[in-house]
Amino acid sequence: MMKIEYTGAMDPRLCKAVLGETIPKLAEADPDVIYLDADLMNCIGTAKWAAAHPDRAINCGIAEANMVGVACGLASAGFKPIVHTFGPFASRRCYDQLFLSGGYARNSITVIGTDPGVTATMNGGTHMPFEDVALYRAIPGSTVIDATDPNMLESVLRQCVDRPGVKYIRVGRKQYATVYAPGSETPIGKAVTLREGSDAVIFAAGIMVHEAMQAAQALEAEGISAAVVDLFTIKPLDAEAVVSWAQKTGAVVVAENHNRNGGLYDAVTQVLSEECPVPCRCVAVEDEFGEVGPQGYLQKRFGLTAEHIAQQTCAVLERKK
Amino acid sequence: MDEINVKKLRSFAVRIRMGTLEAIHSLGSGHLGGSLSIADVLAVLYGREMKVDPKNPGWPERDKLVCSKGHAGPAVYSTLANLGFIPYEELKTLNRPGTRLPSHCDRNKTPGVDMTTGSLGQGTSLAAGMALGDRLRGYSSRTFLIVGDGESNEGQVWEAFSFAAAKKLSNLVVLLDWNKRQLDGYTDDVLPMGDYVAKFNAFGFDTVKVDGNNVEELAKALERTRQGGDKPYAIILDTVKGAGIPEVAETVMNHSYTVDDDRFRRYMAGLEAQLQELEG
Ligand SMILES: Cc1ncc(C[n+]2csc(CCOP(=O)(O)OP(=O)(O)O)c2C)c(N)n1
Ligand SMILES: [Mg+2]
Repeated sequence: MMKIEYTGAMDPRLCKAVLGETIPKLAEADPDVIYLDADLMNCIGTAKWAAAHPDRAINCGIAEANMVGVACGLASAGFKPIVHTFGPFASRRCYDQLFLSGGYARNSITVIGTDPGVTATMNGGTHMPFEDVALYRAIPGSTVIDATDPNMLESVLRQCVDRPGVKYIRVGRKQYATVYAPGSETPIGKAVTLREGSDAVIFAAGIMVHEAMQAAQALEAEGISAAVVDLFTIKPLDAEAVVSWAQKTGAVVVAENHNRNGGLYDAVTQVLSEECPVPCRCVAVEDEFGEVGPQGYLQKRFGLTAEHIAQQTCAVLERKK
Repeated sequence: MDEINVKKLRSFAVRIRMGTLEAIHSLGSGHLGGSLSIADVLAVLYGREMKVDPKNPGWPERDKLVCSKGHAGPAVYSTLANLGFIPYEELKTLNRPGTRLPSHCDRNKTPGVDMTTGSLGQGTSLAAGMALGDRLRGYSSRTFLIVGDGESNEGQVWEAFSFAAAKKLSNLVVLLDWNKRQLDGYTDDVLPMGDYVAKFNAFGFDTVKVDGNNVEELAKALERTRQGGDKPYAIILDTVKGAGIPEVAETVMNHSYTVDDDRFRRYMAGLEAQLQELEG
């Protein structure tokens, strides 16, 4: 079942609550599921369950590279590790371990990197990954997901458990706008059309899906018909959907909470340059480092807003003429 | 041995706590516990041990501080504000849009902050490199490195310590904030690190353990590190996470802590009373 339920309202469930409930549920349903964290259990509400289940939840301390190595060792013994830490430490800090002990050695693990991009807010630039997608995309056989809302988060986390390869889910811990109804299944690798349109298509992921929907509404008021497609699976990309929407509309905008280098924009334009070259624009971080501040400020600071998506849509339509 | 003005150092530590509280209260919450545990060592470092110049924060031959547990930024900023590196009022801009005072230390933003930290573990190697650089330049400067006990879970920390001992960096002083707690609670429950004194000695350090919330013990231990030699120094700071504000110290989960107006008033009153007792 999948039901789109977008009104622009915020979801009452925080994503950290979803993690705190879903990880124990998955472990209870499958004795091979094992959860590892690096001193951040309290940040996603798993600490209490972990204390009661020391064989199912392993606190590795603040040692992310070791944690990933241990998880990969467990995977070789048939376990299905779910690993959590903040996004930068779940990517940069343990990259060679992810790449070799995970990808190359064919040890399958699921990694959750919380607070990607501007959702790192008050933790500031050191904690604000705009490059985690790029790193994970470069691991052969990997799966890379930027979760859209809490209901999707639950669905993709379930699907990752038995999926082979190195799987990465990036998600903020706080509030997201509801896009999918509770209980929805969002199959990994399948783009979801959230809004039909004929003049241009906006491909978005993560927090930018809500911004894209807002932008499309605003554009409609100006007589521009923009489709919105949720490309939450950045890898493997739903190339068919990307090409078909590019053909239908002839103008593409990509919106992501990530550096323009190496993320969704690269993934989409790579496909289009080979299959269907059309004018493209992006709304992404313009090769900058993060900084501290509230999310609203940071979204404006880095141009990750509905207004900017609308502007870029107009710009790409100029090119299409 | 220089005379130790205990009263002056204790007052400075209280003032560092006050500024830390100001900064975190202005935002409503922040990394209070780990900031408070190092207030005393910051007071002794900047009040007595380190040669620095608030008018010339980039002076190459200064002594340097790397607060590798970068989340204790508010305590560092308060120290720098008390010394005039930055205006005191600026403490209230912590984490505000465009601020020079982000939650984690940033050498490119704050005058007087010598190194960017926040990704735990990385400050240790940076400090080793800085100490080596000073030695290669022929400077008599020293580098002081504050490391969290939770932070010492990171393997990089021990790579840096091996390096520092191998290169005989006696101009490096490691201050390990043994406050027994990290984010998920007690360090002994998360990942017990064993006997730090034995560990540092085994790694080739000149090691002592002191009451890290006692300025007099700190001053004596730091004075010993002036003598050079061929080993880096380690001082294990036996501290309390949240030291100086009893209600915070008694809260086990005080890593990130809310400071509302009521708490602010009560905690500030407590600190003012401490100051009154010291300064009359
Ligand atoms: C590499 C890395 N992993 C995780 C974190 C998140 N984090 C920030 S502070 C902290 C706990 C630190 O504990 P400790 O070093 O003991 O500091 P203190 O008790 O002095 O606050 C954690 C896990 C981080 N900043 N960097
Ligand atoms: Mg600690």
